[in-house]
Amino acid sequence: MEFLPTLWFISIAVLWAGYLFLEGFDLGVGMLLGPFARSEKQRRLLINTVGPVWDGNEVWLITAAGATFAAFPHWYASLFAAMYVPLVVVLLALIFRAVAFEYRGKAETALTRRLWTLALSAGSLVIAFGVGTLLAVTTTGLPLNANGDRVGGPFAWLSWQAVLGGLAVVGFCLAQALAFLALKTDGDVRARSARLLARWAPVLLAPLAGWAVVVVAGNVRPAAVIVLAIGVAAALASWRSAARRAEGRAFLFLGLFLLASVAAIFTSAYPAVLPSTLDAAFDLTVSNASSTPYTLQLMSIVAAFGLPLVLGYQAWTYWVFRRRITEAHIPEAHAVTRIV
Amino acid sequence: MDPLDIARWQFGITTVYHFLMVPLTIGLGVLVASLQTAWHVTGREHYLRMTKFWGKLFLINFIMGVATGIVQEFQFGMAWSEYSRFVGDVFGAPLAMEALLAFFVESTFLGLWIFGWKRLPKAVHLACIWCASLATVFSAYFILVANSWMQHPVGTELVDGRGVMTDAWAVFTNNTALVTFPHTIFGAFAVAGAFLLGIAWFHLYKRRAAGIDTVDATGRVVVGEDTSRGRNRDKTDYRVWITSLRLGAVVALISFLGVAFSGHAQAQLMFEQQPMKMAAAEAACHDGTGFSVLSIGNLSADGATTCEDIVAVYEIPGLLSFLANDDFTTEIKGVNTLLPEYQEKYGTHLPDDPMYGERAGQEINYLPLMEVTYWGFRMMITFGGLAAFAAAVALWIVRKGTVPQRRWLSRLAVFGILAPFGANSAGWIFTEMGRQPFVVAPNPTFDGVDQVFMFTASAVSPGVSAGEMLFSLVALTSVYAVLLVVEVVLLWRYVGGGVGSAMPELNDTDDGAGQDDDVLAFAY
Repeated sequence: MEFLPTLWFISIAVLWAGYLFLEGFDLGVGMLLGPFARSEKQRRLLINTVGPVWDGNEVWLITAAGATFAAFPHWYASLFAAMYVPLVVVLLALIFRAVAFEYRGKAETALTRRLWTLALSAGSLVIAFGVGTLLAVTTTGLPLNANGDRVGGPFAWLSWQAVLGGLAVVGFCLAQALAFLALKTDGDVRARSARLLARWAPVLLAPLAGWAVVVVAGNVRPAAVIVLAIGVAAALASWRSAARRAEGRAFLFLGLFLLASVAAIFTSAYPAVLPSTLDAAFDLTVSNASSTPYTLQLMSIVAAFGLPLVLGYQAWTYWVFRRRITEAHIPEAHAVTRIV
Repeated sequence: MDPLDIARWQFGITTVYHFLMVPLTIGLGVLVASLQTAWHVTGREHYLRMTKFWGKLFLINFIMGVATGIVQEFQFGMAWSEYSRFVGDVFGAPLAMEALLAFFVESTFLGLWIFGWKRLPKAVHLACIWCASLATVFSAYFILVANSWMQHPVGTELVDGRGVMTDAWAVFTNNTALVTFPHTIFGAFAVAGAFLLGIAWFHLYKRRAAGIDTVDATGRVVVGEDTSRGRNRDKTDYRVWITSLRLGAVVALISFLGVAFSGHAQAQLMFEQQPMKMAAAEAACHDGTGFSVLSIGNLSADGATTCEDIVAVYEIPGLLSFLANDDFTTEIKGVNTLLPEYQEKYGTHLPDDPMYGERAGQEINYLPLMEVTYWGFRMMITFGGLAAFAAAVALWIVRKGTVPQRRWLSRLAVFGILAPFGANSAGWIFTEMGRQPFVVAPNPTFDGVDQVFMFTASAVSPGVSAGEMLFSLVALTSVYAVLLVVEVVLLWRYVGGGVGSAMPELNDTDDGAGQDDDVLAFAY
C-alpha cells in the first residue's frame, strides 16, 4: 500500500462525499422547485433557503474534479474523456442552473420566469443524475483499452449500474432536500416536506443503498461491510426520525447514511480508481494513475491547510443563516423601473 | 472532420467567451469593495448607492463567469485527455489550488455579502466583499501559473514520456507568470474602468437631456434634481455618476500604464522564450531591427519559405530591437532564420507514433497562423490605446462637472466599453495561437528544462469521436450565444433603471416604507 496515493484516494472520496452531502440538498431543493412549490412565493422561499450557500457548495464539485486532475491525472483523463456526452449534458445543466439562480428573480414576464424555473429544476435533476452516473461507472468500470481510452462508442458507458448510480444520487438529493426544508422553513412547506419524507424515504434511499451493496458485494471486505451496515442503519434511523418529526435527527442520519455509503463504495473499490471492463490488466489503480510523490506531497500540504479553512468558513455561513425562513420573510418582488 | 480541429475551436470559443466575463468580475469586484470601504469610512450616501448599483451589475456578470468557468476545468479531461496525462503532474496542481484556496472563498463570501446586508455587522460584511474580490484576483494568479507553464515550462523533468514536477517554487514563480499576472490584472481593471466610464456618462447625458442638470454661462454645471419618482434622480444621484465616471477614467488610465509596462516586460520574455511567436506577430521574414507598422502580402503563408512575399509598407527602424532588448541595434531573428532552428531542434515531421493518429509522420509547420498573430497583436495594442485615449479625453471634457449634451458622445462612451474587451480577447488569441503548433511550448533557453514540450496534434483525446466533439461544440456555442444576449439585456435593463434598480426604495415617492429587519437583503 502506497501511502500518498492512498491518502489522495481517501481525500477525493471525502471531496465527493462533501459535495453530495452539501449540494445534495440544494440540488434537491432545485428539483422540488417546479413540482413541489404551490405558489410563486413558495418557489422564492425554496430558492432562498439555499440562496446564500449553493454556490459555495458547488465548488466542492470543482475541487473534486481539480484534485483528481492533480493527484490522479490518468483517472481524470480516462474518466472525463470516456464520459464525454453525459458530461456535456451535465455542463449545460450546470450553466443553466447557476444562471437561473441569479436571473430568475430578474425575469420580467411570466414566461421567462417559468423558463428559468424549468432551468433550475431540470438542471438540478440532470446534474444529480449525471454525477451519480459518473461516480457509478468509476466504481463499476468502463471499457478502457491499454492507453485508458474508451472503446465502443459514445454510449459505451451506459449500463444498469450507471443508471442505478444516477437514480441513487437523485433519490438521495430529494430526501436530503425534504429533510433540509423541514429544518429550514416553517408553515406549509415545513409540514409538507416532513410528511413527504416520512412517506417516501425508503423509495428515495433504496437506490443508493443498492449501489453500495452492488459494489461491496463485488469485492467483499470486512471494513466495507461494517460501514455499509452502519449506513443502512442510518437510513432506517432517518426514516424513523422523519416519521416522528425529529427534523434535525432525520437530516443528520441522512448525512451519516451518505457518508457511510460513499465510504463503503470507495473502500470496496480500492485500489482501483477506474476499472476496465475489458481486461483487469488495464485497470487504473491508485498506483498507476497517480501523480508523483512530489506533487502529492505538495498537494497534501495545501489541502491540510486549505480544507479545514474551507470547512470553517462554510460552517460559519450556515451559522449566520441558521434561522428558519418563511413566506413572510420573502420581500415583494421589485420590477426594475426604467428611469431613462 | 478532424476531432482535433473541432476541439481547438471549442477550446478557443469557450475560453475567449469565459474571458469576456472574468476581467469585468475581477476589476469590478475590487472597485465595489473599494466603494463600500469609502462608504464605511465616510458614511456618505453616494458611496452606498454606488456600491449597490455597481454591485448589482457585478453579480449579473459574476454568475456567467462561474457558469462558464466549470466548462474550462472539465474540458481538459474531456477533449484533451492526452494533454491531461502528459501534464497532470504539474498542471493539475495550480488548478486544484485555485478551487481549494480561491474559488471556495470567492463563492462562499459572495453568498455572505449578497445575503448579509443588515444581518452581519457592517465591518464583517465589508470584509466579506473584500475576501470575495481578492479571491478572484488570487484565482487569476493560479490560472496564469498554469497557463504560463504551457508557454514556458519550468520546474519540470521528462520522466517516462511525461512531465513531472521537480520544483514547485519554480512553477509558481515562473517569470512568464510573474509578468503575465500584472498584465492580465491591469487588463481587467481597464475593462472595469471603461465600464464605469461608459455607463456613468450615459446617465449624466440623460440628466442633461432631461434638463435636470444645466450649465451656466461660465461652463460650470448647475446640479438639479427630479424627485417626481422618488430619490432616483436627486443630487446624490448626480454625485453617483460623476464620481463613477471620474473613478472609471482614472482606473482606466492607470491600468493602461500598467498594461503597457507589464506588456513590454512580457514581450521581452517572449522574444527569448518563443521567438517564433514574436516573429509571426511582426510578420518578420528576415532578421532585422524595425517594427512593422503595416505589412501587406500573403500572411496566410503555411509553407517553409512563403513568407517571402510579405512586404513591410512602413517600418519604424530600431523599435523592434527596443521591444526585445531595450536597444535599437540588436538584430531580431525572423521567420527564415528561426524555421531551420526549430526544425533542427524538434524535428521536421511528427513522430510515427499511434498517439498522433492520422497525423503520425506529417510534416510540422512551426509557423503560427500569421494573420492571426500579426493582427491579434495589433488589435490588442490598438484597442488598449483607444480605451486609454478615450479615458483621458473624457476626464478633460468633464473637468467642470458634467458631460456635454451631445448624443453621439454618449453613444461613443457606451460603445467604448467594448474596446478593452476587444484588447483582452485579441491578446489572448494572439498569445495562445502564437504558441502553435505546440500546446506546451518548448523552452529554447533550456534553463533547467529540456524536452518538456507537446504538439497540439498529440494532446487531443484519442477515444473521443468527431461526432461527440461536434455535439459539444454546437451545444456550448448555441447556449453561450443565447446567454450572452440574456446577460447584455439584463445589464442594460439594470443600467436603465439607474441606482433604483439595485435600491428599489429610492423609487418610492412616500417615505413611509417600513424596514423589516428580518427581510432577506438581496433575495433571489
